[in-house]
Amino acid sequence: MASKDVTSKDMTPIAVEPVIVEPAAAKETEGVIKLLDHDEWLRRQSYSDSLLSPIFQLLENVKDPEIPALSIWDMGILRRVESRGDQLTVVITPTYSGCPAMDLILEQIDTELRQAGYQNIKVDVQLSPAWTTSWMSEDARQRMQQSGIAPPQESVSKAQPLCPVCESKETELISEYGSTACKALYRCTSCLEPFDYFKAF
Amino acid sequence: MSDNDQLIKYVVRLGDDALVIGQRLLEWCSNGPFLEEDLALSNTSLDFIGRARFFYSYAAELSGQGKTEDDFAYTRDCRDFSNCLIYELPRGDFAFSYVRQFFIDAFDVLFFEAMQSSSNEHLVAIADKAIKESRYHLRHSSEWMRRLGDGTSESHQRLQSAINSLTEFVGELFEVDDFLEAMISDGTAVDPRLFQAQWQATVNTVFEQATVSLPEQGEWHQTGGREGNHTEHLGHLLSELQFMQRAYPGLQW
Repeated sequence: MASKDVTSKDMTPIAVEPVIVEPAAAKETEGVIKLLDHDEWLRRQSYSDSLLSPIFQLLENVKDPEIPALSIWDMGILRRVESRGDQLTVVITPTYSGCPAMDLILEQIDTELRQAGYQNIKVDVQLSPAWTTSWMSEDARQRMQQSGIAPPQESVSKAQPLCPVCESKETELISEYGSTACKALYRCTSCLEPFDYFKAF
Repeated sequence: MSDNDQLIKYVVRLGDDALVIGQRLLEWCSNGPFLEEDLALSNTSLDFIGRARFFYSYAAELSGQGKTEDDFAYTRDCRDFSNCLIYELPRGDFAFSYVRQFFIDAFDVLFFEAMQSSSNEHLVAIADKAIKESRYHLRHSSEWMRRLGDGTSESHQRLQSAINSLTEFVGELFEVDDFLEAMISDGTAVDPRLFQAQWQATVNTVFEQATVSLPEQGEWHQTGGREGNHTEHLGHLLSELQFMQRAYPGLQW
């Protein structure tokens, strides 16, 4: 185990840093084009694979139950599609550990593919690499904003979301937990509307 | 015990810890002091239940024989559960629930950080997800320590009482028995002793900000959960959790 040994030999505690409870501070990234991590880059390349394209198109009909404007592709939940003979394998990854929508998404993928005539279907849930909001495309973020949910702000220690209703920057946090565990509750001090913010992680 | 059985035993321990605290947190659903906190507690519970599902599903996969996560959650009785005692204590008042949660969150952040270096890839994958959630949990529970400790005289008193009651249950989190020692030396398991001082430092820092104090911890602490020697409270928790499966064995939704 590569853990730091922070006790002295006779087990008396030595001075240590307490756990940092704030998320990592923002790094200056203005004007820098962010690199996608390799797994995400591969995923986006595979979308244009001519053999799998019809399947990806079909699965665009499976939307995130909480955010109907976005499909499981947009959310980065749909990772991979494999076709071997007549066996079709769809690989998805859960957003956060307890996401209750996963079971529904599994069912909907199966239904969508069966309705299109596929019979030999397997849906795998892959835990690693861990899902991250940085996999959401710019287009997906915009559509999320339009549907009334402020999209995640990556690499900032304190999110300052724009109000999805009036686009004001004057917003404040009401609660870290909103309508679902992946969202926080904010309020616009300009138009006074409350709204959900999708947390970056 | 075969290597596979040992791994299953370790993974089930982690699943039990998560399921029991998930169930306790869920008891606040619709009983929260105000809506946002009700949501926070319910959502935190969901994170833990999600982890329990990951751990139990992994254990089921390792067991083979057509076992599922439900077999672990719903068909075992108290003596077979191996969670630490602190998780199964009743929710008490709001201060009690949050002191317990704060102790657990401070532990989990360090625990899952360490688990990211495990030699077992599946556990690393679970840790990668869990660590992100635990950081949010810790931020939230630390905030409540400050608000309650540095709040009114009543909130301060309730917080200090809760701390005084819960301290004796902390030691068990850092216990290492022979079984765990073996799992640690092959790189699979986390050695909690390595971060005990850091846990202590975190707790001390937040408690100082909250103007409360941790009582002197003596040699003795509550223990027995890992061997299946539980408090009465676990029995009540399981009878609620497992009612349907016991009343209608083999039911299908």
